[in-house]
Amino acid sequence: MCRNLGAVLCAPAIISAAVAATAAHKISYNRDIRPVLSDKCFFCHGPDQNKRKGKLRLDVREEAIAKLAIVPGKPDESKLIQRIFTTDTDDLMPPPESHKTLTPEQKQLFQLWIADGAEYQKHWAYVPPAKPSVPAGRNGIDFLVQKRLKEIGLQPSPEADRRTLARRLCFDLIGLPPKPDEVAAFQEDKSPEAYARLVENLLASPHYGERMAIGWLDVVRFADTIGYHSDNPRNIWPYRDYVIRSFNENKRFDQFTREQLAGDLLSNSGLEQKVGSAFNRLLLTTEEGGAQPKDYEARMLTDRVRAVGTVWLGQTIGCAQCHDHKFDPITSRDFYSLGAFFADIKEPIIGRREDGMLVPDEKQAAELAKLDSEITRLRKEYESPRPELVERWEKAALEAVAAETNWTRLAPEKMISEADVKFTVDEDRIISTEKDPKDGKDTYRITVKTNWNSVVGFRLEALSAEKLPGHGPGRAGDGNFILTEFSIEDADTNRIILSEAAATFEAAGFPASNTLDGQQEGKNGWAIKGVTGVEQAIYFTVKEPMVNEGESSVTFVIRQTGGGNQVLGRFRLAATTNPSAVRAPKTALPRPEIVELLKVAAKERTEDQKQKLAAYQRSAAPELIDERRRVADATKARTDFAAAVPHCLVSVAADEPRAVRILPRGNWMIESGEIMQPALPAYLTASARHMDNRRLSRLDLAEWIVSRENPLTARVFVNRLWKRFFGTGLSKVLDDFGMQGEPPVNPELLDWLACEFMDSGWDVKHLVRLLVTSHTYKQVSTASKEMQTRDPYNRELARQSRWRIEAELVRDNALSIAGLLVPKVGGPSVKPYQPDGYWENLNFPIRTYEADTGESQYRRGLYTWWQRSFLHPSMLAFDAPSREECTAERNRSNIPQQALVLLNDPTYIEAARAFAARILSEGGDDTTARITWAWRRALSRAPRADEMSTVRALLAKHLAEYRQDAPAAGALLKVGLSPAPKDIDPAELAAWTNVARVILNLHETITRS
Amino acid sequence: MNPVSEFRQFALQQQTRRAFLGRASQGVGMLALASLIHPALLRAATAQAAAKKDKWTGVVNPPHFPRKVRRIIWLSMAGGPSHLETFDPKPKLAEMHGKPMPESMTKGKQLAQLQGKELLCYGPQLKFRKFGKSGAEICELFEHIGSVVDDICIIRSMTTEAINHDPAHMFMNTGSQIAGRPSMGAWVVYGLGSDAEELPGFVVLTSLGKGGQNQPIAARQWASAFLPSRFQGVHLRGKGDPVLYLGAPPGVTREQQHDVVKAVNAINSKYDAIVDDPEISTRIAQYEMAFQMQSSMPELIDTSKEPQHILDLYGGKPGDGSFASNCLLARRLAERGVRFIQLYHKDWDHHGGVKEGITLKAQEVDRACMALITDLKQRGMLEDTLIVWAGEFGRTPMSQGGDGRDHHNAGFSIWLCGGGIKPGLVYGATDELGYAAVEDPVDVHDLHATMLRLLGIEHTRLTVKFQGLDARLTNVSGRVIEGILA
Repeated sequence: MCRNLGAVLCAPAIISAAVAATAAHKISYNRDIRPVLSDKCFFCHGPDQNKRKGKLRLDVREEAIAKLAIVPGKPDESKLIQRIFTTDTDDLMPPPESHKTLTPEQKQLFQLWIADGAEYQKHWAYVPPAKPSVPAGRNGIDFLVQKRLKEIGLQPSPEADRRTLARRLCFDLIGLPPKPDEVAAFQEDKSPEAYARLVENLLASPHYGERMAIGWLDVVRFADTIGYHSDNPRNIWPYRDYVIRSFNENKRFDQFTREQLAGDLLSNSGLEQKVGSAFNRLLLTTEEGGAQPKDYEARMLTDRVRAVGTVWLGQTIGCAQCHDHKFDPITSRDFYSLGAFFADIKEPIIGRREDGMLVPDEKQAAELAKLDSEITRLRKEYESPRPELVERWEKAALEAVAAETNWTRLAPEKMISEADVKFTVDEDRIISTEKDPKDGKDTYRITVKTNWNSVVGFRLEALSAEKLPGHGPGRAGDGNFILTEFSIEDADTNRIILSEAAATFEAAGFPASNTLDGQQEGKNGWAIKGVTGVEQAIYFTVKEPMVNEGESSVTFVIRQTGGGNQVLGRFRLAATTNPSAVRAPKTALPRPEIVELLKVAAKERTEDQKQKLAAYQRSAAPELIDERRRVADATKARTDFAAAVPHCLVSVAADEPRAVRILPRGNWMIESGEIMQPALPAYLTASARHMDNRRLSRLDLAEWIVSRENPLTARVFVNRLWKRFFGTGLSKVLDDFGMQGEPPVNPELLDWLACEFMDSGWDVKHLVRLLVTSHTYKQVSTASKEMQTRDPYNRELARQSRWRIEAELVRDNALSIAGLLVPKVGGPSVKPYQPDGYWENLNFPIRTYEADTGESQYRRGLYTWWQRSFLHPSMLAFDAPSREECTAERNRSNIPQQALVLLNDPTYIEAARAFAARILSEGGDDTTARITWAWRRALSRAPRADEMSTVRALLAKHLAEYRQDAPAAGALLKVGLSPAPKDIDPAELAAWTNVARVILNLHETITRS
Repeated sequence: MNPVSEFRQFALQQQTRRAFLGRASQGVGMLALASLIHPALLRAATAQAAAKKDKWTGVVNPPHFPRKVRRIIWLSMAGGPSHLETFDPKPKLAEMHGKPMPESMTKGKQLAQLQGKELLCYGPQLKFRKFGKSGAEICELFEHIGSVVDDICIIRSMTTEAINHDPAHMFMNTGSQIAGRPSMGAWVVYGLGSDAEELPGFVVLTSLGKGGQNQPIAARQWASAFLPSRFQGVHLRGKGDPVLYLGAPPGVTREQQHDVVKAVNAINSKYDAIVDDPEISTRIAQYEMAFQMQSSMPELIDTSKEPQHILDLYGGKPGDGSFASNCLLARRLAERGVRFIQLYHKDWDHHGGVKEGITLKAQEVDRACMALITDLKQRGMLEDTLIVWAGEFGRTPMSQGGDGRDHHNAGFSIWLCGGGIKPGLVYGATDELGYAAVEDPVDVHDLHATMLRLLGIEHTRLTVKFQGLDARLTNVSGRVIEGILA
């Protein structure tokens, strides 16, 4: 049943209860009056000043009195009363066109309330909870529930039987059915401690955290994909494991909160806290081409504000994105200043998410440390002082600097890339390519003007650059290139003959002379592998000195056919008229900043300058090729290993937060709104915090959220927890504690629980223990006729409730009964069987779903790959939310798709077959014993007579049929990846598989009662 | 009806339902025993229970206005068709071809992929001509639609808020760019229930275009969101099981599958008699429904028995998953009482090659649209059906990459056809370059309000409490487009 309809259903019951209550009790503004005012009147007479009619607001007592809408003690003189009772449709309130009307009971309540003095109360949820006193030694829940039951004249129900309690506890605390022997042991244990012991065992189970995580992952909208458009994957699953771990370790809820909102900002921030801060990255993002950053910046801000509102505050703050809230005192300023807390999160607004932080397990962390220390060791070896090399290099480098006067750098007139790559030229005539050529090969044709005389040689400098892979000069991963052939054509495409080539460095097997050998293809050329990341140069001698006759041009043809992007990324051409300059020096002209350093006398160099120079010299030293390669190999080994280690998107604070402006009417195109600083919601804080005038951080927000000043967080969490153990929240609307929400049925109980939670130091297990050890929890879930009539929705808790278990647990339950479940905790998300083509409407890229094999196929439902735009259909059928938005409460529907899943999804067919195999091998020798065994395993009880006969009849019929049709039996047994046992008669196994299907499909099997 | 009495009525329905179940479940329980001897007894009993209890008659009952149509067939042309090559002739744009767009038009307006690019006019790439008695001028490649142009109403002044596919689809389907709102099909079935007995009230079909620009479509486009799950759209698939998990497992005959369902229901009935839980009767009814769907669905999608002249009219081949075949399926769904039928045909995203792209699209959809209109008309069903043909947005009069057009939300064309709509009308207009709707602009909320009006629903009164608000399909706006109503 949809919760909204449910809320609606309950409304009349509450109102009539309120009317009944007035006989004995004073009318309560919060309980009886405000909900009606809010729903019927505040839209025009409430907090939103833009919508206010007749300048009257009814949410502030003084203003209502000043306008004579309310005259305390005198209903007849109050305009409010006159206007709601009038028969004149022009005057009637609410106006007929609003389609809102008041019931006679509601009108009467207003009269009584005004007669009584028209006292206002602060909205219940904005008043800090006060702890009602509870007699010593009594469970506060039972005391407060029964106190209220007594007032309305209902009796609590008796305790359920042991079998029901065992199943209830197991489903509620670990989400798995109890094993038959566990139930039997519990039934036989007559000790008064038996129940408490079972509770403690379950709280200590590693599956407790999994069970608790399910609801939390809904409310924070955890999913494996980005959500919008292409809905591509992102690295986020370590956050899911963080949640499981936090519940298992009973991390205090205040710390849990701090870590998620601001784990990266905590003073002791480690891996755990940082992974927790992935919370801030759970929102929807897009990779759609043409998406506007400002648009998505606004979407992301609102997404985060809504999340904080739903997860911790139970406030529909999202409503204040475009205007002040209609019903609650939340302003647009509150909205955007809350959003400003998250403006520091480093992230791409549009496009692919980054890989995220490494999240190694212990073994991986050790391996990473080992690889790191190996790199350090090799680096040290590589960097050990070698004075003779330094001296030699400096000499050569200075010669190169001195020789530079011989060279004229050539300015390109025209640059063509055969692979159609674009070039840029800078003021130093350095040519750079913008991207990799499509096939990894390219030929450049660079044309220059020839306004020179008697040129005897040319030089091609290959220049390093930070942005190139391996710092260049080539575009290959290690910075290498292969210059296959170098030639020069004049304006008439005549070849200018080059007689000789020499280079500053030649990789083994790739001498400079290769560039003139006429071989135009393949990997035959000049290359510098091993000494990349620094400047290199190749020198060409012209056979006949070129004499210029008037203005003309030549074209340099630079062929690079080695493949793998072994092409020049940054280079420069020069010419000389000095024959002695055409000999390659021992080193190329270093980059300008190194040249500058060389000019500083050795003694005067600072430490920093010395180090820079040394680093360059080392990189340029052909003598250190081996040492350098070892460092590179070790670095690569680490990179490769790290790639296989889990990554997780986390929060990283930018130094400069994005500016957050109020967007009028939520319109991101209006950029004139005031810039907002992070600030706590004014209506919830007596005085907004000013921390020595510093900008408030996410950590400040977290601290306030879990402070006693905030009246909401504890109530909101406790209420959600209540729903998990009793079926409905004490306040039914889990995500709205504002005026339009539902005042709690038993406000004292909600406040007592909230205070107890905070008093315990936000101890979640303490709270859970309190709930499940109460008599209220242990009651039977069947209802007497009286209760069905008086309290059909069990809001008063004179009994327990029953409901169909959550989507994930439907799966877990079947796999567990079948003995197929792999109870491993945590790890990457898994892919259970899914119908072919279900992802056909995904694109960019088109994706094919590959179901997991091996143990990953048999994991618990909560590990299912959460594809937001196409959630696994089996999960969807049982109301798992897509997690595109924060979901505090799931639907609990009952639709034909659920029958189709349980009847036909291969997961359940395979589970039935595995279950059948166990029935046959472990269930005894005769049919009665086997059916009994099966019932005990699935339902923790013996079968009834009708069940026995129904199933026996089915078994007999199907057994006969499968004996006649061996291929059919074979086909049924082949469903699923796990092989059917060979030692069982296929016909018998097939028939029992259908018996097992019946059991897995029973309403009782998927019901927690 | 105001919300309170509406909710009251709902509560009353529930109470009656409960009371009914209190008795019925006992009855079914007793029958269950008898059914071991006479399975037909159980089937009759559970089907009866299902029929009485599970028939959703909608919250708008009786309708707010006289109902003009009983069902909607919404043809979503996903990707954003260019209005300038389909339904909005712009000779002036042809004159301006290659010249800069007037800055007065584009300044401060949303742009998608053309952000920061030079904005040049790009003349219409295909010829237009007048069709029918009404003389509506549309692209000549859509000659089949042209042949029924006197039956349709073209709106040339459509606008939307969003300019990227995913948010624009959400806006067109749910009235909100934020995920998590119910789609219009879910709203309509929630409001009115459905006439279909063995089929869902809201069915979705998708088809791919051959041009390769198939933008992704998320399942949220037909989700029920905060409405109960029973109102969600069911995706009828072209390949594999028409409905997910519809087929019985291999090696299990239809009769054996029925045995399993009967056994489950018999045991559940008995359990209900013991614990008295209304959810159990619902569960029993859902198993019956699921089992019935296993035969009704294959029968529905098997179009091979349609007469040849009908197959020829649509132009698809049975089982080819084409838009044409989906149009034929839409008619079959309509005949079976499905309330909201939504077809997605993708590949309208012509950032490049708009001329070739639209040419291809015309081949894929032109005949089928005409066929659907003609076929419904000859069966007397067009008068109580509303057909809507609409993309999530239009395309820029400016060129992109020399031969394409970018996303555009300030003005584009859609058409409607069927009951309550003025036929042969061209409504509204964009400016002379086809940039912005300047005459009778229509927005998405208006379109939704109009659709609901034709179904007999006042759009401001189909609401559900969500996060404190009376949430509705038209959010806080929407006005019925009176000018197109007959």
